[in-house]
Amino acid sequence: MQVSGLQVLFQGNNFLRLLKGLLVTINISLVSILISVVLGFFFGFIMVSRFRVIRFISQIYLEFIRIMPQLVLLFLVYFGLARTFNLNLSGEVAALIVFSMWGTAEMGDLVRGALTSLPKHQIESGLALGLNNRQLFIYVVMPQILRQLLPQAVNLMTRMIKTTSLIVLIGVVEVVKVGQEIIEANRLTVPSTAIWIYGLIFMMYFAVCFPISRLSVYLEKRWKE
Amino acid sequence: MATILELKDIEKSYGEQKILNQVSFSVEEGEVLVILGPSGCGKSTLLRCINGLEPIQAGRVELEGKEILKESKNLPLVRQKIGMVFQSYDLFPHLTVLKNLLLAPVKVQKRSVEEVKGEALKLLKRVGLEGKENSYPHELSGGQMQRVAIVRSLLLHPDVLLFDEVTASLDPEMVREVLELIGELAHEGRTMIIVTHELQFAKAIADRVIFLEKGQIVEESDARLFFRQPKTQRARDFLNVFDFSTVG
Repeated sequence: MQVSGLQVLFQGNNFLRLLKGLLVTINISLVSILISVVLGFFFGFIMVSRFRVIRFISQIYLEFIRIMPQLVLLFLVYFGLARTFNLNLSGEVAALIVFSMWGTAEMGDLVRGALTSLPKHQIESGLALGLNNRQLFIYVVMPQILRQLLPQAVNLMTRMIKTTSLIVLIGVVEVVKVGQEIIEANRLTVPSTAIWIYGLIFMMYFAVCFPISRLSVYLEKRWKE
Repeated sequence: MATILELKDIEKSYGEQKILNQVSFSVEEGEVLVILGPSGCGKSTLLRCINGLEPIQAGRVELEGKEILKESKNLPLVRQKIGMVFQSYDLFPHLTVLKNLLLAPVKVQKRSVEEVKGEALKLLKRVGLEGKENSYPHELSGGQMQRVAIVRSLLLHPDVLLFDEVTASLDPEMVREVLELIGELAHEGRTMIIVTHELQFAKAIADRVIFLEKGQIVEESDARLFFRQPKTQRARDFLNVFDFSTVG
């Protein structure tokens, strides 16, 4: 009897391997998201600096990261750095660097947007009430920029998770790579494997990203008030 | 009467442009001082210089005989003694009415939540906003927000209140409720400086008037005198613009 693609999914430890691949994807995404959130906050405040030169440099950084396709950035760091500076980065480290750079830029821009959209009189009325700078930041500025920021930041997270699928191209064995290996192994015997494997990978990404995306919608609704 | 606030030779400019030029005056305890003048004459800037929201280039502001310095670490302390209500509704949108009211007294003055809450609810009732303590600012009308803002500055027990065109962005029917409240506060003997465009209101409430033009005090006099027979031609012209009995 011919083996169907569905059966290949559960043959041996195929499914487990895919799950492990998904874990690699999630790991790289989570670590770079974490780094991006922390650095992005600093970057956002740098972007609204009083000094024009600093604002200019940060703007250049943002534009540079935005214009570059993530794939090119990955190649630049993974192959470029390795060849030029004789740095032997693993694919995972290169991926972390690139996604953190990207995430920091995007997150910084979100923070900047939230900061600049905060009306000036909010700060002034806080000052007029006798709040010091620290109190002003904790009770007036932060809660308001967080509310504005969170839905978009969550949205950025799903974009980052999705985009990590590119790291298959610098040799990281994540979920897509595992899938390709399984498809490759069964290419001749079970041609329908591809649709089942990619279908499953689709479901996996969906399972990870959908709740996050719902969270974003929920936050947006809740804080609209 | 004791002098509460004194301004001496205040100079303020943005770059080359001089906004305030040699402005000096003082406010006595319990006095209602109204600052009048055409748009852009520096009225609002003057108020903002008093509590250090705007740095001044020269001169000094004294609160109860002590100089207020912009760099001073005591500035937050001084600002608690100078209540300020702005033209734009400046409540914090992410906090309920009650939390807006509690923030500064509890976090800055370190008073107990229970004590401030009791006082806040009493004041809300007084300004006709009983039951609104858990509403968010966006659920209130402009007039209601402005009354909450007034209560918020009263809760700090300030020595002097500054009102910066507090009715300028309100619908006409809401202007009245806010002005009535300010009128009541004046009758209680609170010290205030009011910047306003509502001449009728100024006439009703002011003890003294300062007429400001191009950053300079053109005329300073007793309110009754000012509205009956202004000393300067400029003030006379200004009042005439608003006097509709001469129209037609």
